[in-house]
Amino acid sequence: MTALLAYTIFGLVTGGAYAVVAGGLVLTYSTSKVFNVGHGAIGMVMAFLYWELAENRGLPQWLALLIVVGGCAPVFGLLVERFVMRRLAGAPVGVTLVAGVGILVGLIGAAQVIWPPAARPVRPFLDRYGVHIGQSFVSGHDLVTLACAIAVAAGLYLLLNRTRTGLAMRACVDAPELAALYGIRPHRLSALSWAIGSALAALGGILLTPVVQLDYVTMTLLVITAYTAALVGRLRSLPWTFAGALVLGLVQSYAVAYLPSSQFWISFRAAIPALLLFLVLLALPQSPLRIGGVRGSRGVAVPSAGLTALGAAGLLAVVLVLALLVDNTVAGQLALALVFGIVLLSMVLLTGYGGVVSLGQFTFVGVGAVTVARLGTASPWALLLGALVSGAVGALVALPALRVRGLYLALATLGFAQLMDKLVLQSPIAFGVRGSLQVPRLVSSAQAQLLLAAVMFALVGAGVLAVRRGRLGRRLIAVKDSPAACATLGVNVRWIRVGVFALSAAIAGLAGGLFAQLRETVAASDFQLFNNLPLLLFAVIAGVTSVTGALVGGVLLMMLPVLQSGFPALAGVAVVLLGVAAAGLARDPNGLVSWIFRAWRPA
Amino acid sequence: MSTLLVDGVTVRFGEVIAVDDVTFSVGTGVTGLIGPNGAGKTTLFDVVSGLRRPSSGRVLLDGHDVTAKGPHQRSRLGVARTFQRLEVFGSLTVWENVVVALESRRRPARLADDLLDRVGIGEFAGRQADAVPTGAARLLELARALATDPQLLLLDEPSSGLDRQETDAFGALLRELTAEGRAVVLVEHDMDLVMGYCDHVHVLNLGRLLASGTPDEIRAHDGVREAYLG
Repeated sequence: MTALLAYTIFGLVTGGAYAVVAGGLVLTYSTSKVFNVGHGAIGMVMAFLYWELAENRGLPQWLALLIVVGGCAPVFGLLVERFVMRRLAGAPVGVTLVAGVGILVGLIGAAQVIWPPAARPVRPFLDRYGVHIGQSFVSGHDLVTLACAIAVAAGLYLLLNRTRTGLAMRACVDAPELAALYGIRPHRLSALSWAIGSALAALGGILLTPVVQLDYVTMTLLVITAYTAALVGRLRSLPWTFAGALVLGLVQSYAVAYLPSSQFWISFRAAIPALLLFLVLLALPQSPLRIGGVRGSRGVAVPSAGLTALGAAGLLAVVLVLALLVDNTVAGQLALALVFGIVLLSMVLLTGYGGVVSLGQFTFVGVGAVTVARLGTASPWALLLGALVSGAVGALVALPALRVRGLYLALATLGFAQLMDKLVLQSPIAFGVRGSLQVPRLVSSAQAQLLLAAVMFALVGAGVLAVRRGRLGRRLIAVKDSPAACATLGVNVRWIRVGVFALSAAIAGLAGGLFAQLRETVAASDFQLFNNLPLLLFAVIAGVTSVTGALVGGVLLMMLPVLQSGFPALAGVAVVLLGVAAAGLARDPNGLVSWIFRAWRPA
Repeated sequence: MSTLLVDGVTVRFGEVIAVDDVTFSVGTGVTGLIGPNGAGKTTLFDVVSGLRRPSSGRVLLDGHDVTAKGPHQRSRLGVARTFQRLEVFGSLTVWENVVVALESRRRPARLADDLLDRVGIGEFAGRQADAVPTGAARLLELARALATDPQLLLLDEPSSGLDRQETDAFGALLRELTAEGRAVVLVEHDMDLVMGYCDHVHVLNLGRLLASGTPDEIRAHDGVREAYLG
């Protein structure tokens, strides 16, 4: 009984901090219609900043808190709104998502540069105080957290329901153009909501530091927890969001108390937010097909079958020459670039043609790699099986996830990536008790690997282009432009979506098998959730609508770690630049390569 | 025999009742569905084509209850529609738009050119669909719907964006389509078109069925004049 009370209190405290973070997310989303994937990352950086001021510089805690939550965070929110999000007004969900991921990755890079990895203890608030409830002790920090949660709930309620600003904010959600006619300035309100949202992310992050520790990725992924809570309120209702956050906190706390403490269950706990995310998604009503308005996008020109064959032959010829010229190390790196290129080809199909943004594509690479590694052979059959398993997992995820679209779907894929990361890839089921597996190579020399990767890239690339030219490709693009019209023409929109998701996962899985046998040793750390994000950014920067873009993206993706190990000082800067570039380029999905195409074919 | 029966259909959006217990049937020939803006015409099309589930009531096609069937299943039963707010596939060419529809019904792609010529927009075949004039885009939606060889064709304001000459050509096409035995339902504000080509007219106002009858009966109906015709 005593234990139950203690864990309930602990759960409510954690849930209260989640509620603060989630409340900020909902406020920003409902006023500016942009879902801030970088919300957790803002909280993370601000928590680091708080550490810098309160622990490293010795400022009083209250002053540091005031400076960060009252000053730095809102200003940062304003800057993001002004210079990134406002320029993306009215852009499709995929574009704002990519910009958000860009901010996220950039912030992590910045944090790693400014605060290199080290242990950074943060003193709790009011650590000399506390009260006893029965036999349970509630610390001063817990009380502060609960007080903050209540204050934020009350403050947001009053803001939205009792002030003119709040009324205007709610009006903007429903009809920004109409609100503007009544003299409301949507930009100003959106800026305000970003300032408050960032402040709440900062406050929540700082309150949670004693629980989750100062860590780049863990705190960044708080966005999944906050999102799950926000989803309970359908991303709009603050009361439901707060309720969702409290339930999440309680479930996690009880999980710590009452689940066995074996390795599996410990990782299971970490996966709880993602699991709940899927449960909430299943409970949501199927989103209706959007109706209204012509949508079209200008992709890069699709090459004919002849031109494709010519391109493939050209690629193979270049690679053949390179294989003769370069040493083993470089040959291995180029092979890796081509394997990454195949992963990006899977995104050309899914994101470029199908318009579905996935934040979990690298996880499918992991599934393919594990399959091949577990088979202990890299025969063509093993590679094929890796692709099939990955495709099957893709179909399985797609069935619940594709009931929703756009934003919900992309975040569901992020949840899936976390689930797989915690429950499968990091557990002994995948890479055994040692956490890594040996894979024999299909061909031994680095040069042969390079040729193998080039042949596979050429085959998959030609396949993707054949799909685009054919019936399936037309249908995919039709579903992207107008799912409603497709459905009324007899196309089963859901199966097309599930099918392309599975096909794309299978291509990623094939790349995973190639990756495993190229590396010879694969481990869970190769397929961490976080690897998904640079993948998406490089895809967008290089161009997610063309095979050439996939090739360029693959090379860039290979160069990132090379650059990072060669010039450690530049590592973080490179990541920041990556984020900035993606946030800037998000509007043009044809990416850098479209500039090349334009230069070649002035039209 | 009745092709379509809308039986006691009600659609609520939260507190608002968009369609309120509407019952009517549609046989072969051209049926007009008219009424002021917000009367619930497009919502009824959404219900009949399967894009929206009614809050209550049933939709029957040739006597079979299809209320639970999805839009693609109804397409296979012979229902096709166009949209008031255009829903062409903007990234594809005009020709490809029609081919997508043909392929979904396993009909040969070579029929696409005939269909485009039939509605009179053959010259736009190679253009990207988000770059053609509104009138042509409306006709493209018609060609695309015809590509599924429908028995019941729902046309949502097909003449808006068409000039007089194009409208006349469209009227002639309507006659051809009904001569082929298809049932056409026309949501339309162009009263010349409605009164000139419809065999039967249903009038909706504020979600309710206000009147049904031949064009002459509707023209003489006091309530309709008051609510809509003015």
